Amino acid sequence: MLHRYPKRVALIMLMLTALVAAFPLWGEAVFGNQANFMLEKLTLMLILALFAMSLDLLVGIVGLVSLGHALFFGLGAYTLALASPDFSPASMWWMLPLVMGVSACVGLVIGILVIRTKGIFFIMTTLAFGQMLYYFISTSQFAGGTDGVFIMFRPSLALGERTLVDLDNPYSFFYFCLGMLLLGYFFLRWLTRSYFGQVLDGIHDNEHRMQALGYATSGYKLVAFVIAGVMAAIAGMLAAMQYGFANPAQLGWHTSGEVLMMLILGGMGTIFGPILGAFAYEILLYIYEHATTHWPILMGLTIIVAVLVLPRGIAGLIIAPPWHRKRQAAPEAASEHEKAPVALSAQPATPRKEN
Amino acid sequence: MDLAFFSVQLLNGLQYGLLLFLIASGLTLIFGIMGIINLAHGAMYMIGAYLAYDLTLRLGNFWLAILAAIPIAIALGLIIERLFLDTLYKRDHLYQVLLTFGLILVLNEAQRIIWGGDVHRVAVPAPFDASIQLTDNLQYSVYRLFVMGVCLALAGVIYWVMRHTRLGIIIRAGAVNRDMVEGLGINVRTLFTLIFSIGVALTAFAGMIAAPLTSIAPGMGDSILITCFVVVVIGGIGSIKGAFWGAIIIGMATTFGAVLIPSLASMVIYLIMAAVLLVKPRGLFA
Amino acid sequence: MSDDTVLATHGLTRRFGGLVAVNEVEFDVKAHEIHAILGPNGAGKSTLINLLSGEIPPSEGQVLYRGQPIQGKSARQIARLGIGRSHQKTNIFPRLSCLQNCELAARIHMGGVFGSWRSRQTARQVSERAQEVLDTCQLNHRANTTASDMSYGEQRQLQIAMVLATAPTLMLLDEPMAGMGREETAQVTELLASLTDSYTLVLIEHDMDSVFRLADRITVMVDGCVLESGPTEQIRTSEKVRDVYLGRHEEGATA
Repeated sequence: MLHRYPKRVALIMLMLTALVAAFPLWGEAVFGNQANFMLEKLTLMLILALFAMSLDLLVGIVGLVSLGHALFFGLGAYTLALASPDFSPASMWWMLPLVMGVSACVGLVIGILVIRTKGIFFIMTTLAFGQMLYYFISTSQFAGGTDGVFIMFRPSLALGERTLVDLDNPYSFFYFCLGMLLLGYFFLRWLTRSYFGQVLDGIHDNEHRMQALGYATSGYKLVAFVIAGVMAAIAGMLAAMQYGFANPAQLGWHTSGEVLMMLILGGMGTIFGPILGAFAYEILLYIYEHATTHWPILMGLTIIVAVLVLPRGIAGLIIAPPWHRKRQAAPEAASEHEKAPVALSAQPATPRKEN
Repeated sequence: MDLAFFSVQLLNGLQYGLLLFLIASGLTLIFGIMGIINLAHGAMYMIGAYLAYDLTLRLGNFWLAILAAIPIAIALGLIIERLFLDTLYKRDHLYQVLLTFGLILVLNEAQRIIWGGDVHRVAVPAPFDASIQLTDNLQYSVYRLFVMGVCLALAGVIYWVMRHTRLGIIIRAGAVNRDMVEGLGINVRTLFTLIFSIGVALTAFAGMIAAPLTSIAPGMGDSILITCFVVVVIGGIGSIKGAFWGAIIIGMATTFGAVLIPSLASMVIYLIMAAVLLVKPRGLFA
Repeated sequence: MSDDTVLATHGLTRRFGGLVAVNEVEFDVKAHEIHAILGPNGAGKSTLINLLSGEIPPSEGQVLYRGQPIQGKSARQIARLGIGRSHQKTNIFPRLSCLQNCELAARIHMGGVFGSWRSRQTARQVSERAQEVLDTCQLNHRANTTASDMSYGEQRQLQIAMVLATAPTLMLLDEPMAGMGREETAQVTELLASLTDSYTLVLIEHDMDSVFRLADRITVMVDGCVLESGPTEQIRTSEKVRDVYLGRHEEGATA
């Protein structure tokens, strides 16, 4: 996997980023007095995009399907909520490292337990651990039970007396989240193109061979697991700031399922795909919720259709548009074309490995 | 606690465990043989319970309701299998997870549309709606004993089929090596459909007979699904024996956990799972 | 044990339930030789290689590598000690390019992932080594081709390249020429012959012509036991061996 994509990908992502970043300019013109509400929604999409990207590292790059990733998302939210002082804002300077540290430790402990499982076991155990934390938080007193915990003050980002970024202001918070998203994106981009990323590719492709070569694959998987967890926790922290509360649903498996859906809508293994997926999911959710109270049926059907018809997601469409493939159908066999170096990691070439 | 109380909990734990076994055995069979992870498995349990509720209302008789519900559940399973799972046999687990997750959303919401969001109850049916005096100071629900009996009987049937029939050997062989089984001239497609139908039937049936014992509410499939996952992780994929003992362990742990350490009760099964994973990552009976 | 023995086994045994796949095998490999293992199907050759490379542990017996016992070590540990292997069923990274396949192989032995990060020089060395082995195996025109897009023969050559990239002391090759046409077989034979300057090779092969041309010594296995072991000429003219092979061929012809 070269993780290098046709130029149009960069172009499209650049345009979309510019569009989003310029929202304060055109928001009012398009949405009128709904603009503020839309800004909040947009901010949420940025946060969920970060969440989805972190899962892509696990699912798309390494090939570890986790159904408990919301564990980290909720962990970030709750760390923020519980560590925030009651009567004054926390400082981002220690809140962010705290969130990262806590999630890294939890990720390490859980990772050591789950990395030893493979395939379907991994799916089941991550799901189970996610639920364990969910039940623990829901039934505990100190964490507010099923009601959750309110966040009275958003953390501040200040240098001494001067506020660097006013996180209470919806616009600056919006840009702060955009900044975090971009940071996360470039970090993952660098990671996947590095030698470490190559090892992860090798593990995804043929773990047995990697071990026969001498690689300690479990160690690499664990590191990826922890990194993904930390990024998800950061997203959770931002989400808690956006919502104003942390609640157990953020830990539950339905959230884990949702972020997985964003992955398939957007396209796995591409890092930029999940960003598109998060946006697509939220937009669809908005449309469906306004169409009917029974919107879960629509969402469920959408996912089913996506799996059957569009497994490579939106990113797949951008990277290898159907009309491109028709033009090149002569020299290549139809489906073999998808195994070109730019291919997404969605489907393994070898038969499904079971244990 | 006194002996009577302990005995009641023991029996409850056993009954819950046996019920879990029915559901988990379907899950582990479907995964072990077909290689498909079916998240919608829990929804089948829910459908069984709701069908029991609905048809008991319509037909006025619990037993008739079950008789009518079983073919409906099997038919539903067959539809799902033909429509969707066909394409999933050769694909990644990831796609199976996603597609069946989508199915859960659809089925859960369909349940809401048909039966609404209220909680329902089904009365314990005659002639089992009584308690029986087991010892001097121990009374126990006859229906629960009945449920245990039925589950044990089914467990026995499954065991017998697996050990002593041709189908059983094919199933066990298929769990180990699907291509070989195909090479032996067995129609794998039909086998899969059969297995899936059996799995669905067992689960839906479990939901039906469990109906008088629990509240029938939206989302009941989700929680039982996760518990079954824990059972299968502890017992080992594809192992019926593992599903059996895993279910008993979980049944006991949940029941006793709820009375002994109520604050940690919901976490107990996950702690057990973590412990098993540390020692035997592939399950106790892999 | 003499100084130039790279690998030796003593009483190596592996049982699978009631089946004894490898039975008290005494086997040794001298430095810079090509040592072939022959035998009919089911003789235990692949199991022996699996035991040597650490993929399965022995039931009994010892494996000594440069005088040190390695039996029971994992495949990963054994690979780090300088024993490289290729598999009977092509075992490469299908979605990576040829070059990436070799780089991954080379990297683990040249300071690993973090070595490459630490110094640009290591990274360059890895890249050079990968190019080098592709060159040796005549695959440099395929450097950037996705492995799964190559022909079967090329993929098997890639396997050999990958083993070379790890700069092993001992190479265990499981049927490297399986399924190849005449021309490719000749190519690979030439390649393997050229390697003895720097490496020691253990081969499992069915292609008798190639084996007799390449091997310095041959060990013939039947039903898990060593039937005979010695220099190629000795095996070629051995009556025992001929009975096992030709006798069975005759039976097969009349059956």
